[in-house]
Amino acid sequence: MDVLVPLPVVIPLIAAAALTAAGQFLGRRFDDTVGIGTAAATAVVSTMLVVRSLDHDLVYWFGGWTPRHGIALGIAFDVEPLGAALAAFAGVVTTASFVFAWRYFDEVGTLFHVLMLIFLGAMSGFALSGDLFNMFVFFELMSVCAFALVAYQVEAAAPLQGAINFAVTNTIGALLVLTGIGLVYGRTGALNLAQIGRALEGQKPDGLVLVAFALLLCGFLVKAGAVPFHFWLSDAYAAAPVPVCVLLSAIMSDLGLHALARIYWPAFSGTLGGSAGSLRALLVGLGVLTALVGAAMAFLQRDLKRLLAFVTISHVGVFLAAIGLLTPRGLAGSTLYVITDGLVKAALFLAVGILIHRAGSGDELRLRGLGGRAPVASIVLFAGGLLVAGLPPLGSFVGWTLVVRSSVDVGYGWLPPVLALAAAVTGGTLLRAAARIVLGWGDEEDPLLSHEPPAEEEEPQVPKSRLSPPLLFGPALALIVAAIGVGFTPGLGDRATRWAERLEDRPAHAAEVLAGKLPPALPPAPVHPGVAPYVYSLASLAGAVAFALFGLYRRRLPHLVRAWAGRVLEPPVTVLKALHSGVVGDYVAWLTFGVAALGGLVALLGR
Amino acid sequence: MSYLPYALAVWIFVVGLYGVVTSRNLIHLAVCLSVMQSSTYVLLLSIGYLNGATAPIFADVPKGTRAVDPVVQALALTDVVVSVTVLALLLALAIQVQKRTETLDPDELRAMRG
Repeated sequence: MDVLVPLPVVIPLIAAAALTAAGQFLGRRFDDTVGIGTAAATAVVSTMLVVRSLDHDLVYWFGGWTPRHGIALGIAFDVEPLGAALAAFAGVVTTASFVFAWRYFDEVGTLFHVLMLIFLGAMSGFALSGDLFNMFVFFELMSVCAFALVAYQVEAAAPLQGAINFAVTNTIGALLVLTGIGLVYGRTGALNLAQIGRALEGQKPDGLVLVAFALLLCGFLVKAGAVPFHFWLSDAYAAAPVPVCVLLSAIMSDLGLHALARIYWPAFSGTLGGSAGSLRALLVGLGVLTALVGAAMAFLQRDLKRLLAFVTISHVGVFLAAIGLLTPRGLAGSTLYVITDGLVKAALFLAVGILIHRAGSGDELRLRGLGGRAPVASIVLFAGGLLVAGLPPLGSFVGWTLVVRSSVDVGYGWLPPVLALAAAVTGGTLLRAAARIVLGWGDEEDPLLSHEPPAEEEEPQVPKSRLSPPLLFGPALALIVAAIGVGFTPGLGDRATRWAERLEDRPAHAAEVLAGKLPPALPPAPVHPGVAPYVYSLASLAGAVAFALFGLYRRRLPHLVRAWAGRVLEPPVTVLKALHSGVVGDYVAWLTFGVAALGGLVALLGR
Repeated sequence: MSYLPYALAVWIFVVGLYGVVTSRNLIHLAVCLSVMQSSTYVLLLSIGYLNGATAPIFADVPKGTRAVDPVVQALALTDVVVSVTVLALLLALAIQVQKRTETLDPDELRAMRG
């Protein structure tokens, strides 16, 4: 067994404990240094795990409790390259966020660093765990840290409201997961994913298995923020301090989706495989709905953090649709997309942080023409908008290629154009904001956008005369450059497809986890994307520019067009805005509706 | 095997859920969430229950004694810890809300909409 495997969890947890004990006596800079060092070390170890797991999974049994005769009593970490890559990505983003926080916060207690480190440890553990209950524990640990971090600035009302909505909905989501785990355990007597898969293998799915699967599905979708479970997300991300937003948006939401793939393939594909077609339709449909609702809501925002929160929701939909294709290419494409796009979103949140810091506001209209005060943030905003819209062959184009190819493989040729439309709207929204802020284009007021955000909870905490130091803008630039660079890794898509195939090959995976039988190494699977991904990507880029100009200069359209568009678009826009009421009871009611609807649809799979 | 414990777990879950959806007071809401959480204890413990079995402590008992499943008890214990943490955090947030806005009604929190 590889001794490195538990380290991505152990390192941050031990550092957090030590910091709690000693940090208060040693001062702010000590806390910052420990935070950066620990997060960077975790990222390095997780990256080493990716490299070591290239040919076969690393299975680590805690306390040496290896399985006997296919029965796992112990708890395992099951490291596959995609999960390890997500853990490494979490480490990278946490490091960037710590570096940014060095100058962003004027006063911050030791507890901020402690919570961030525990959050990192929990995310790593969640991405590496091969045990269902262990996943629940890390799920809860990461949730609780995130609740506290969102409410870190308790002086204002918005973070409190955001944290309460976040905590209540996600706790209910965790309860759904736990109930699902209880039912699965009652049926199979196993918590190890591979062993559950063996126990359920070949059985016709009955009511209990379907209910358990539906509960797990809904629980993880709450965390991911898929429609109609997404309401908490925009409130929490809009209220959290910027260094926390970076982590939530870039990685936490997407871990929920990766968890879906990790429970479906090893544990449930043996029994639900017969209805894979219907399940695919269900997941892809939900993904498309999420992508479009998120994009539409993003277009209606003027608070940049809330705008980015809805961009996050829209992208969660794209990833959900890609994973929901239930193919190795879909999963590989989704994971690569998550990482490249996560880098862009993290950079964008940091750019907003710089704007708040330099210009005193995170509001698109109030910032009109003030981009000159933060040139780096302006560059990042533009680059981020273009990358989100699609800029072949840069950024998330590798992942996009796989998603397009995979959609065509399973006969979902209509999916890429729809996802490209969502990308056009989100990219267009970001370009609109960038053009308004940096170039001063567009009107000073726009009645279409949501009401003005509450008077700044995050008033600049550093005197305005001080120049933005490199520590503030360095991370944003580094992340955006990394996002552009990842696409140039040769053969990444082909290899990632093989890794996803390994995760999806249930019998071989079970033999490896439970009996230690290593699978044969496979050569990379070439993608041969053709021109389609380029066409879609360029079309969404053109669409994004069009949407941006529409957002800026809507009033210059001919009067007739405006009147007609107003009549058609106004009712749905009003309804959409009214649904996001900010009241936690409403959100839980939607959650209940979502569970009932999804549960009903999943129940149909058994027929 | 009796279905009663499972029906009870569902009942507790739904009652708590109703409370969370309709609550007009954050402390009441936090307690309702705890009620929902209790349903998982009932579910987990009833999954591991065996008629006539003893506690899963294997000192001083003859070999082959039937015992209830210790795994679900460990799960329930972990769940209790998690639930207490969330409850404490929510109550702390409720105190802060009362301090800032002088209300505990979640419907009165209007910082974020649309």
